[in-house]
Amino acid sequence: MSILVDGNTKVICQGITGNAGTFHTLGCRDYGTQMVGGVTPGKGGQDVEGIPVFDTVEEAVDKTGADASMIFVPPPFTADAILEAVDAGIKVISAITEGVPVLDMVRVYEKVKASDSVLIGPNCPGIITPGACKIGIMPGYIHNPGKIGVMSRSGTLTYEAVWQTSNLGLGQSTCVGLGGDPIVGTNFIDLLIRYQEDDQTEAILMIGEIGGSAEEEAAAFAKENVTKPVAAFIAGRTAPPGKRMGHAGAIISGGKGTADEKVAALEDAGIVVAPTPADMGEAVVKAIGAK
Amino acid sequence: MKIHEYQGKELFRQAGVPVLEGIVATSPDDAVAAYEKLGGPIAVVKSQIHAGGRGKGTVVGNPDQRGVVVCKSADEVRQAAEGLLGKTLVTIQTGPEGKTVNQVFVEAGCSIARELYLGIVLDRAAAKPVLMASTEGGVEIEKVAEETPELIYKEHFDPAIGLEAYQVRKLCKKLGISGPAAKAAFKFMPAICRFFVDYDCSLTEINPLVITTDDQMIALDAKITFDSNALFRHKELLELRDLSEEEPSEVQAGKFGLSYVKLEGNIGCLVNGAGLAMSTMDIIKYHGGEPANFLDVGGGANAEQVTEAFRILLSDPGCKGVLVNIFGGIARCTTIAAALIEASQTVGFNVPLVVRLEGTEVEEGRKMLADSDVDIINATDITDAAKKIVAAAV
Repeated sequence: MSILVDGNTKVICQGITGNAGTFHTLGCRDYGTQMVGGVTPGKGGQDVEGIPVFDTVEEAVDKTGADASMIFVPPPFTADAILEAVDAGIKVISAITEGVPVLDMVRVYEKVKASDSVLIGPNCPGIITPGACKIGIMPGYIHNPGKIGVMSRSGTLTYEAVWQTSNLGLGQSTCVGLGGDPIVGTNFIDLLIRYQEDDQTEAILMIGEIGGSAEEEAAAFAKENVTKPVAAFIAGRTAPPGKRMGHAGAIISGGKGTADEKVAALEDAGIVVAPTPADMGEAVVKAIGAK
Repeated sequence: MKIHEYQGKELFRQAGVPVLEGIVATSPDDAVAAYEKLGGPIAVVKSQIHAGGRGKGTVVGNPDQRGVVVCKSADEVRQAAEGLLGKTLVTIQTGPEGKTVNQVFVEAGCSIARELYLGIVLDRAAAKPVLMASTEGGVEIEKVAEETPELIYKEHFDPAIGLEAYQVRKLCKKLGISGPAAKAAFKFMPAICRFFVDYDCSLTEINPLVITTDDQMIALDAKITFDSNALFRHKELLELRDLSEEEPSEVQAGKFGLSYVKLEGNIGCLVNGAGLAMSTMDIIKYHGGEPANFLDVGGGANAEQVTEAFRILLSDPGCKGVLVNIFGGIARCTTIAAALIEASQTVGFNVPLVVRLEGTEVEEGRKMLADSDVDIINATDITDAAKKIVAAAV
């Protein structure tokens, strides 16, 4: 098994006719993902290299049976695109778009939580179950089917972690990029629950960063509820307070959200924390060995 | 994006949030004219910089000069304006280098009965905005949060609905506000919450919020940060941006879609992705070096952006070496390699360059660099890269 997506997942792309939407839809199809359609309002009836385009998500779901969506629409329209996917009953929504206003996400978050849909992102690389289904912008070839569940708030740092676990022969069950924004649809705890229940996942690698308190909350949750080995890394140990490090979420404010606090909380929960980004794979090996 | 207090107060006024009369001035003469226009006898001269803690802040070279001065005459206003304009003010939030005061705000005085604190931020855990109020106004709220968090009262609200009447009642009870002042709160608090939503703020802070002796509620300060991602809906706010308050290299980087933060070290970093960029800084420091900057060229970096990134890094005289760490996803290693070669011709590298490439089209990218005549120290992984640049950047 895996979590959230597998070889049976049927995916549409909202914003398929834009440059990035087209490029990554084809990239996902090349990887082996069932890309069954796309949505661009006003362009229904066209196709993108054989993939049919629809005007609405509802219509796309009716015609293709899609149960997942990858969103590439521009930031001003992303909230609406997510709500449209929720309304159409899409189960897994992966919003790649960067730059969504945070109050838009406040509005969307409540509606997603009240629905049966799972939203990943926005401002994230997406989700991949190696060898089965890639819904996002990550380079497919660095992944190998395997036993590590990887979850991360950062994109390229996830690739680094995946690469290290692949090189160590561990492979990944499902990798999820949560997104770097202050409000994202899925958090570490949501995934800890799923990884804990998933047979294929033998250990979990969690990649956090400075800002907010998601890592501390995940550590407290893992301490009580997760029996599988967990390793972690926190980016931004050397970041100065008050400066926003790229991600809107990555800022230390009022002395809160520092890497040291997060590392202490993780270690207190028995989680192995990698001292540098080069040691993420090794930390997983250590966590497995310690159990 | 941040704005000045006087700009924030003008927006407050338009939104029905009570503020005092005030006039911004850029010279002592203008400040005195403003004082006379306000009609006195008391006025407050407030330095306008994008940082808090001005009241306790001091001017470099003149420790008696505070950033906010209560004046009782035109002479005192002139003296305060002269002591502040063109000078560097250091506060708890500016860092030791301080900020230059280019404008002062001359504001009418009022008769204060109580000073409160009011702030609105986004509560990430609750995924909702939260109004925070405290009886401990006028002091550092961070200190209150640290020492007596029970004295900060919080009410979350739905952006579409705003603050409900019962929430104002709860806050008034806890803050000890009753009678005519409570009536003022019923107007003030929902209005400030509406303001936060209408302008897509990420922070609206009023410290102090005062209750006057005649029971009015007035915003004596206005610290506002807007969500940069939402500025497309508020084009009018772009005119309020004060570029002189921002680091020039960061402004230049922003024009090219680069996320750049200048730091004090000697190793320039060029990385794709914010998380990897932060971790690259971390590992440089772990191996004994000091990063000169944070720089994220973005997931889909192109040649123009990479060239500009090199230009910015190399224009920092403190930069004694550059580490390029790219894990290609959307950004292809070939694009980065081509941009690197082009930058070596247009910008010219005068410091050691360590390059670590991985990801999409890595083999082709590495070959392009090997075939070029750009002088590069190759690194196999992130540790190797960090060690090599720390050794080379002297």
